[in-house]
Amino acid sequence: MIEIKELRASIGEKEILKGLNLVVKPGEVHAIMGPNGSGKSTLASVLAGREEYEVTGGEVHFNGKNLLEMAPEERAREGLFLAFQYPVEIPGVSNMNFLKAAVGEVRKHRGEEALSAKDFLALVKEKSALVELDGQLAHRAVNEGFSGGEKKRNEVFQMAMLEPKLAILDETDSGLDIDALRIVAQGVNAMRSPERSFIVITHYQRLLDYIVPDVVHVLYKGKIVKTGTKELALELEEKGYDWIKETVA
Amino acid sequence: MEILDEITGKEYEFGFTTNIESEKIPAGLNEDIIRLISSKKNEPQWLLEWRLEAFKIWQSMTEPTWAHVHYDKPDFQGISYYSAPKTKPKYNSLDEIDPEMRKTMDRLGISMDEQKRLNGIAVDFVMDSVSVATSFKEKLAELGIIFCSISEAVQEHGDLVQKYLGTVVPRTDNFYAALNSAVFTDGSFCYIPKGVRCPMELSTYFRINEAGTGQFERTLLIADEESYVSYLEGCTAPQRDENQLHAAVVELIALEKAEIKYSTVQNWYPGDKDGKGGVFNFVTKRGLCDGYKSKISWTQVETGSAVTWKYPSCILKGDYSVGEFYSVAVTNHFQQADTGTKMIHIGRNTNSTIISKGISAGHSNNSYRGLVQINPSAKHARNFSQCDSLLMTDTSGAHTFPYIEVNNSTAQVEHEATTSKIGEDQIFYCLQRGLDEEQAISMIVNGYAKEVLNKLPMEFAVEAQKLLAISLEGSVG
Repeated sequence: MIEIKELRASIGEKEILKGLNLVVKPGEVHAIMGPNGSGKSTLASVLAGREEYEVTGGEVHFNGKNLLEMAPEERAREGLFLAFQYPVEIPGVSNMNFLKAAVGEVRKHRGEEALSAKDFLALVKEKSALVELDGQLAHRAVNEGFSGGEKKRNEVFQMAMLEPKLAILDETDSGLDIDALRIVAQGVNAMRSPERSFIVITHYQRLLDYIVPDVVHVLYKGKIVKTGTKELALELEEKGYDWIKETVA
Repeated sequence: MEILDEITGKEYEFGFTTNIESEKIPAGLNEDIIRLISSKKNEPQWLLEWRLEAFKIWQSMTEPTWAHVHYDKPDFQGISYYSAPKTKPKYNSLDEIDPEMRKTMDRLGISMDEQKRLNGIAVDFVMDSVSVATSFKEKLAELGIIFCSISEAVQEHGDLVQKYLGTVVPRTDNFYAALNSAVFTDGSFCYIPKGVRCPMELSTYFRINEAGTGQFERTLLIADEESYVSYLEGCTAPQRDENQLHAAVVELIALEKAEIKYSTVQNWYPGDKDGKGGVFNFVTKRGLCDGYKSKISWTQVETGSAVTWKYPSCILKGDYSVGEFYSVAVTNHFQQADTGTKMIHIGRNTNSTIISKGISAGHSNNSYRGLVQINPSAKHARNFSQCDSLLMTDTSGAHTFPYIEVNNSTAQVEHEATTSKIGEDQIFYCLQRGLDEEQAISMIVNGYAKEVLNKLPMEFAVEAQKLLAISLEGSVG
């Protein structure tokens, strides 16, 4: 699905990713954990194609294509989805119109016909139920006046609508209470399939109780320093990130 | 970022000229020219005298300089004040229209036939100085509605024109209003009789075609007691290297319980991306809410012109009368806009609302200038103003000049203003969902301007949304 080789990226003068390697196969769920400032969110931003980050080295192949050469919207249309840590508000733009345009672009790219209004509405109904998103929210402006939990559920709802091949969840658990966390996880789990992969970025082990990963990586100072199974997350929870820092040092 | 240059270089869509033989009088302005215009139009003596008086007033005035705009003063002696298509100036039937003219109208999306008939819009088309066609006249006449060019109204409804012309915007009002009063050549006239609800949108398209001409149209709209009308105007001009002057006057009169909804989509040629050429749009628009519970609502989408100077205003004279102003003004490249409104509260319990959304891109400057004046007689008057500015680039400017004069203690006046820069985060969010940058900007900007766009009649709203997108393509920086 995605193959990252020796990826280096900087913001301004500061190098944040310092030769990162990662391979995610179709159907796998990889968790990336790490202390604050280790480069987790940078990785998500670089993969999605944010301009502020400069890629200074390495390669990324997404389904055999050179990801780094693609514009952000091409990456999205190719099936890369990022659930944002802080979803922005777009006042005056209805969630429905926004999604209709997005789904339209993605389908066009895949060579599929545009959905009829009726089919689109049916899809909205089906997918919004996955994250127990109130029907009202779909008609409000994108994220405007949404609570933190609603914004995250909206991210997962959008993901379900766009049916990506690879979904990157950037600290989707941050700021969620336990009920919202369960709902978000339930939405993600419903979408797991042998063709779809996930990269779940999180600071805490808690999310991984709900979204059980196949592989857990620890990111530290811009590199993956440890890889293991879900037990690694538990061990981290117990021993704290200082344990990793010491091991690496 | 080369995509940016590519799209900013996009040509003005309506920049074509039409090869129609026209009759143009020599450039320059003096009493003889005014007499010539008046005689060409076969005008009654009172109007000629009215024009000559206006000319005297104009000569005694100087061009205003208080607006936040900079431009080279037009050479008023270098302009031809009358240009008319040579072939029959007025058509008896739409089939008689010059084929070239017809092509122009088609390219502007004005089909005077089936399509508009289905949409139910009556259109008056003014090219250069002359109204060339008006549709639906007979149907409107059945209801007693008069909708025709102002020249025709002068001939056929002289009493109405004489009664109202210059009552809302007097000749002494300002430099450009005086000039317009002296030389106006055509425009639209509309009268809605007592108790009639106009069943269709009335619409005027203005087009400057000839080089070296100015356009000075005059619109006069009277809504008699308990009547209603929704009126639209659209404007385009060819691309020319020199600046063209457009100085119009629009007067609206709403009598007791009458309602006028006046919408404008202004897309005069804005000049090229280096600021060369473009239309100077110096317009005086004012409405008088004369009667009890009368209402005038201005909605404008301003994307064109090199320099815009206009303040569609309401004089709220009738008790319980209502004035509204909804505006989206977009400036890109080197465009300059100084626009806003005046709400003059005279009657008791009068109410006004101002919603202004400015969008500045490129190296442009966009100013909101508004006056809310509550007179001592306007007991319990209320105003709400909201002025938002959106900056697309670091090199563009947004300015707000609100003037509030309250002369009585029972009035309530609220003013809100915000300035924000278009969010890189918002754009990236859209890109990450598969939209391209153009779509993203169009969506964000249209969302920002939604409150105003929603006020436009349906047929215009879609056009306006597209126009916003085109005006701003590739403008983020």
